Amino acid sequence: MTVMQAPSYRRAEYHGFDAGGSDFIYLVSAGAIFEIDEDVRAVLDRLDGQDLTHAALVRELVADGRDQAEAEGLVRELRAARLIHLGHGAPLAEMPQAPPADFPLQALVLNVTNQCNLACTYCYEFGADKIATPSGKPKYMTLDTAKASVDLLIKEAVGRKAVHITFFGGETLMNFKLLRDVVNYANEATAAAGKGITYSLTTNATLLTPDIVTFLSDNRIGVTVSMDGPPELQDKHRVYKNGKGSYAVIEPRLRTLIAHHKTRAITARVTLTEGVTDVVRIFRHLKEELGFHEVGFAPVTTGEERAYSLDANGMDSVLAQFNQLAEEWLEHALRGESHGFTNVSETISELISGVNKSHPCGAGMGLMGVSPSGDLSPCHRFTDADTHVMGHVSTGIDRGKQGDFLERGHVAAKYDCQSCWARPLCAGGCHHEAFVRYGDTGHANLHYCDWIRQWTDTCLRIYGVLSVKNPGFLERFAERKGLS
Amino acid sequence: MKHLRAINKKARAIDEAVTQIEEVAAASGASADDLADDVVALQQQPRPHVPMGCTLSFSPGWEVDAGGGTAGLCQPVERDIYDCYVTCFWPVQVPDHVNYSPDWASNCATATKDWRNLDLVFP
Repeated sequence: MTVMQAPSYRRAEYHGFDAGGSDFIYLVSAGAIFEIDEDVRAVLDRLDGQDLTHAALVRELVADGRDQAEAEGLVRELRAARLIHLGHGAPLAEMPQAPPADFPLQALVLNVTNQCNLACTYCYEFGADKIATPSGKPKYMTLDTAKASVDLLIKEAVGRKAVHITFFGGETLMNFKLLRDVVNYANEATAAAGKGITYSLTTNATLLTPDIVTFLSDNRIGVTVSMDGPPELQDKHRVYKNGKGSYAVIEPRLRTLIAHHKTRAITARVTLTEGVTDVVRIFRHLKEELGFHEVGFAPVTTGEERAYSLDANGMDSVLAQFNQLAEEWLEHALRGESHGFTNVSETISELISGVNKSHPCGAGMGLMGVSPSGDLSPCHRFTDADTHVMGHVSTGIDRGKQGDFLERGHVAAKYDCQSCWARPLCAGGCHHEAFVRYGDTGHANLHYCDWIRQWTDTCLRIYGVLSVKNPGFLERFAERKGLS
Repeated sequence: MKHLRAINKKARAIDEAVTQIEEVAAASGASADDLADDVVALQQQPRPHVPMGCTLSFSPGWEVDAGGGTAGLCQPVERDIYDCYVTCFWPVQVPDHVNYSPDWASNCATATKDWRNLDLVFP
């Protein structure tokens, strides 16, 4: 028989933290960040591990010396903001909705070639954990394929004011001639379609020339250089096929690039591996000695343990150094200066918006990769992999395969993520990492959950301090990143 | 909001929503007491709590639990119908043993064994 019980309050899912002398909560169901006062703290503490009815909660708050109306108002505010819930049973956090099936395309990553003049030992495209199956396929993209890609992008970017093309490889500059022709074509085609366009490219920098740098600067093409740091670290894995390191070749070219490319930020992207974990030293070298504007780091992607994989000790050391740089980032921000540690900047951008992701990234949704043959894939990391072909630039997006990919990748489909407070930002992590590690793009990347939570907490604290001590910086940061 | 300071975009959106809720409440003169018991629709998310063992399904004769099966009923289905008759107010689905069918269950001493002996009753 039905027993009537008075409904009681319980806390919503949140992550609490203190920063700059204040208490904050990160509300998981929304991705919202609030600074809270001691009254809120009192309510949350009372509901720690127990549920209280409205009457009981108000009674306790009144017993603490608040007047009745004040206590009622407090409870009402927390309830309206959904920081506390009334009801029985565990509240089901609402999952972010899946984007509509016809989500407009925003960006394509053109793999202009799958060939590379380096033979970096850890490369996900050629290394031990590669998923690409390039055998028998074109090595260089043709202009026809590139034009078809641009046409597809314009056609599928329904309602968008601007689109983006990233040039990727292999080594992108091994097909610079095509890149130049594509930029000219895409400028005209997007202008005719009434859309804007921006470009970026990733390169190992070995083939940069002054002419290329001028072209990149003139066309406002953002440049990311894959490199690992000072000579002894760069040359550990980033080598030519004969084993010779690449630092000596790229160093003068980087100086030309950074000195003469004036229109966009130049960023370095570092892959951390066993023995290449000296984050602070790498950062100093790239930022201060070479002059990169931003430097970002990511641990290498591996399936099983490889000789170059980062083990738990390596990750701990990396996180400790990340925290050191994060501290510097905050000090810079408090002075109103930009620091250049991309890993913080990126997370802060997401915290400003309060993202609540249905998927870890835009792969297969607003962004797709194009292989030299014209095959579409969820992103550049799936280029040339038969397992993940998602249509072709000449025939369009395969909606069935796209739907399957997105269904798997939705955070609601990842069991392990359901109890994690960091899921609004992480949503299970990189699809490609998951596929390499677990054989399923829809698997949560469990090997770095602790890392993600610690890192998110660090960035939340930075955010909290800034919101108290230099909120103007966050506003300017949001403006600069186009978030406001 | 008085106690929460919104410091990112999403939090500011919540702030606006809460302000609207408060304005509506103030305009309609709702008192804080209204907060104590919500009226919730059964299809509303998150779903209201329904104790396992009781049913939301009004199919005559047999019950299903809140999950749509029988595993979570508070007693076996065979006994449930009998128990509804003896101990529970459960209109319509069992014979009216007070007025019209006082002997409906007289051949059924142990419901889990004898439930087949429950009489058929024709109104």
